[in-house]
Amino acid sequence: MSLEQFMNEAISPWMREGGPENEIVLSTRIRLARNFQDEVFPIIADEKDLIRVNNFFKENYHQTSFRNYGNFELIEISDLSNLEKRVLVEKHLISPYLAKARAAAALVSENEQVSVMINEEDHIRMQLYFPGFQLATALEEALLLDDWFEEQVDYAYDEEKGYLTTCPTNVGTGIRASVMIHLPALVITKKINQMIPAINQFGFVVRGIYGEGSEAIGNIFQISNQITLGKSEKDIVADLQSIIIKLVEQEREARLQLLQKSQTRMEDQIFRSYGILRHSRIIESKEASSRLSNVRLGIDLGIIKNVSHNILNELMVLTQPGFLQHYASKILTSNERDVLRATLIRERLMLEQ
Amino acid sequence: MKCSECNKRPATLYFSQVINGQKAEIKVCEICAMKKGYINQSDETYSLQDLLTGLFNFGSSQVELPNEQIFKEVHELQCPKCNTTFNDFQRIGKFGCADCYQAFKVKLDSIFRRVHSGNTKHIGKIPKRKGVHLHVKKELEALREKLNQLIEQEEFEKAAIVRDEIKKLEQEKEGDHS
Repeated sequence: MSLEQFMNEAISPWMREGGPENEIVLSTRIRLARNFQDEVFPIIADEKDLIRVNNFFKENYHQTSFRNYGNFELIEISDLSNLEKRVLVEKHLISPYLAKARAAAALVSENEQVSVMINEEDHIRMQLYFPGFQLATALEEALLLDDWFEEQVDYAYDEEKGYLTTCPTNVGTGIRASVMIHLPALVITKKINQMIPAINQFGFVVRGIYGEGSEAIGNIFQISNQITLGKSEKDIVADLQSIIIKLVEQEREARLQLLQKSQTRMEDQIFRSYGILRHSRIIESKEASSRLSNVRLGIDLGIIKNVSHNILNELMVLTQPGFLQHYASKILTSNERDVLRATLIRERLMLEQ
Repeated sequence: MKCSECNKRPATLYFSQVINGQKAEIKVCEICAMKKGYINQSDETYSLQDLLTGLFNFGSSQVELPNEQIFKEVHELQCPKCNTTFNDFQRIGKFGCADCYQAFKVKLDSIFRRVHSGNTKHIGKIPKRKGVHLHVKKELEALREKLNQLIEQEEFEKAAIVRDEIKKLEQEKEGDHS
């Protein structure tokens, strides 16, 4: 296994598996932030300190395996080209922060389900992804992975404050549980605007697909916990679970209503989008995302048949700027990207016929 | 008062402009003000980081300390391990190392309360290895207490048993360390 494998496929192997509530919930992620007791945190650490932490992982975990996720590969960020970094960010294997961090690395499992970022804001940020809606499983597995690292790492931990993190917003459990969810009908009916403040009140945040500050492109939202102190991992996950159940229910309801009230209009929108994706020669990223969202909705509603529903996840990543340029093996102007994006989408949809 | 630009929305912003010595009052709504460039659009966007750093600063200025001396001391808190001062922490909103939590302890709960909906105590996972030590530590404390009581009560036979238990636990603990 090598870096090439991580680079070549737009969607990670685990995404192909599908999961519970997959027609609305795209994926589940658990992230745990941990630090070494005796090392200063990465933001103020000097090169020597950072390299010591980095080497610890290289020596102890490169080519080891945890449960059934396949062997870990340690990828040094400094070995990557800007384009390669961008692709890994677009695949969510590393964070934009890590791509810029000093002496940073990522320990990525063969099936790309586990990615452990080294020298991010915290020394260790482990994340596990699961297809569909699988919060309970994801938490269980994340805690096992945490135990596995704890066998060799002396964690910064305080009896009263819990796991100590660089940012006070993560202290305590250090957990960020998030769910990626496709809510086109709630967006069309504008119901989402009322739901977001309610979700915020519970101590949960709604963001776009690429995290903090990003727009909800393609009607995909990321919902995650904000509070990490004074609430157990289990309770945090249980609360997120009930929010998502509610959202899924509301989205289903809104889809039904849209179909009942304006079936022809819906079908028109969906088929227009499908037509544009199948025939356009130049398409911007924003338009592509919203068209893809419509097509995915059409697939979920049974209006478009014989197209796999993975298409949204796959093309959403494949048509990001980094991936397009990786595919073309060169830096592209935004015009060239729009042309290549249209071509790739056309070709991909032809495969489905 | 209606906005002098669009004549539709109410004017919420008042400016005075001096052109060629002539002073003019401009009364506009926020949208027109932005369009005309009277106010900066980018002022609107705060990153989460800005917001948090603001929060922490707010926390310190709110502390009501009648005694100037105490106030000064609190501000000079510094982590003995990484040399981060409490002021540094307030400025960037990040800790320098695990020891900072101890060094700034007296000032942190009000910040945690604000960030974590009033919570200040961790009630989640306890690490396995460290947890074991915590557990053993607590057990030893309890046994020593018991031993002292038994000696006071002159129950020497029972005390001997407890003493052996303590020895055994201590040896196990040592064994773990090596």
